[in-house]
Amino acid sequence: MHIGTVLNVFMRDFRKQKKRITLTLVALAWGTVSIMLLLGFGEGLHQQLSINRQGMGGEIGILWPGRTTKVFKGMGKGRRTHLYMSDPAYLKSRIPLIKNIGGEFHRWGAKVQYKDKIMSEHITGITPNFEEMRNHIPQMGGRMINAADIAQKRRVFFLGFELKERLFGDQDPIGEMVSINEMPFTVIGVMAEKMQMNSYSGDDANLGAIPNTTFEVIFGDPYLDNIVYQPHDPNDMKEIEKQIFEAMGAKYKFDPTDDNALGIWDTVAGMREFNNILLGIKVFLGIIGALTLLISGVGVANIMYVSIKERTREIGIKMAVGARRSYVLAQFLLEAMFITFGGGFFGMSVSYILIEGFKRVPIESDVLDFMGRPTISLEIGLVVISILGIMGLLAGFFPALKAASVKPAESLRYE
Amino acid sequence: MQEIIRLKQVKKAYQTGEMHFEALKGINLVVNKGDYLAVVGPSGSGKSTLMNILGCLDLATSGEYRLDGELVNTLSSNQLADIRNKRIGFVFQAFNLLPYATAAENVEVPLLFAHVNSKERRKRVTELLARVGLADKMNNKPTEMSGGEMQRVAIARSLANEPEIILADEPTGNLDSKSGAAIVSMFDELHKAGKTILIITHDMSIAEHTERLVTMKDGLIESNGDLSGRRVG
Repeated sequence: MHIGTVLNVFMRDFRKQKKRITLTLVALAWGTVSIMLLLGFGEGLHQQLSINRQGMGGEIGILWPGRTTKVFKGMGKGRRTHLYMSDPAYLKSRIPLIKNIGGEFHRWGAKVQYKDKIMSEHITGITPNFEEMRNHIPQMGGRMINAADIAQKRRVFFLGFELKERLFGDQDPIGEMVSINEMPFTVIGVMAEKMQMNSYSGDDANLGAIPNTTFEVIFGDPYLDNIVYQPHDPNDMKEIEKQIFEAMGAKYKFDPTDDNALGIWDTVAGMREFNNILLGIKVFLGIIGALTLLISGVGVANIMYVSIKERTREIGIKMAVGARRSYVLAQFLLEAMFITFGGGFFGMSVSYILIEGFKRVPIESDVLDFMGRPTISLEIGLVVISILGIMGLLAGFFPALKAASVKPAESLRYE
Repeated sequence: MQEIIRLKQVKKAYQTGEMHFEALKGINLVVNKGDYLAVVGPSGSGKSTLMNILGCLDLATSGEYRLDGELVNTLSSNQLADIRNKRIGFVFQAFNLLPYATAAENVEVPLLFAHVNSKERRKRVTELLARVGLADKMNNKPTEMSGGEMQRVAIARSLANEPEIILADEPTGNLDSKSGAAIVSMFDELHKAGKTILIITHDMSIAEHTERLVTMKDGLIESNGDLSGRRVG
């Protein structure tokens, strides 16, 4: 085969049939763009939901006091259970499966004052490991409550980012004095902004946290409102729950099988459900993607097929004046490859520009915070282009092969 | 005289579903170099089938076709393509030009497949189109030309690689009488220049220009006469 001749014929016909080739190329690019965007949005949503889901904290359990519903060792049912400041350490010592644990106090309607601003706020008493358990991550320039704050019952204040806005506006709050119920506290840190999809006892954006030891002495609460714990291995959550009931039942004398004696929210179990929903969304988007891909594929195949049918006569003419079969086929292959790569590259570029552009549009929107920004995937793009390309190639190549395989007399008769 | 084409008991049958149709039922024909020959006959007599076989556009079902002594029946498709490219020029009733290409580009096609370099191609295309009187229409597309002009482009294309044989299938069938006459006089000139020319036609006025007349009927040659005598004087 004479490569020069093939290229010559290809280039010449290519220039002459720009419109048809452009249309096919655009069809392929369009298919690529629509699928890339669809799957890009799906991937963005998935990533954002996963991040948001972590807002309240990764795999944690929250323990509340309850009321007994079973008689136990001569004691009647209906007794209130309580959580004491000593319980977190007690549980950690009894249950090695627990990695982090901390007790938490809540007080609603505390008077928080900065200069002439007075607000009624929700104050919590927490421990340093809330940074890891509950994603109370400090912004640059500040810090979270630490072990020394707990040990020395320091009057330090860690703020949620929205409470900081309300109290201080744009001002840097670190080191400022705030009074809580007329007692002075020093601001040590502001929580980094985060998106939170679920919560107990209020949203972390409006958190006003102090060390739980400080809380205990200034408010004088005898009982913890809840305990937060985190396992080494999320798969142990059920076992930990069982052991908590046993340990607490032994200490406070209730039946460890009494489900209402304590309340536990196992977020790991919730996560499993959530992951199933995410999987559902992904499958749904995948199906839409596959169907879109199929439609685009049929479109590309259709254009190739029709154009080859129209060109059967052209093939006949070329063969009548001396084109070998291999020249005709090589030309069609070249053309199909050009369309595939050209359209694929064009589609990928457009998708990339759209998605990157969308990322850069500064829209402040809760919807976007929730939905996430679309994310492009090179792998998806390559798969899309290959599938469309192969469909186009098959749809174009076989009619061309047929047209080039019959005797020219037959192709020339084709109307 | 040197023999260029020899057909011996050539048959061509078509099978479409249940239908079996024999278009050629045993053709014997000898064409010599420089012959100017017309094949006439009613529709369905097998004229076009004969032309397709002579032009290597189709192969005979049985029988022997020798071109310059070479047995065509056994050649590969590439060898047949090379014959169509270099040794036979075609002129069709429907012109069969590439619709998207200009006159010059259409004439260039056989040269491309003969691997002629671009400089030589340009020179030959210009000469060929000048020879058929279309020097000023080089860059016109078929849609911008009259039927007579399109047929002249087709003739220029058929001459591109200087073939020995020109095959024309109803070359004037789609033309008005004036354009048709111009085309026929072109064949006359080609004949004078030494080409072997076969014209398939309905039109006896064209047949009168030729030196041999082959009449076909029902897939067979009915008569095969030498007319050169009547042109004397």
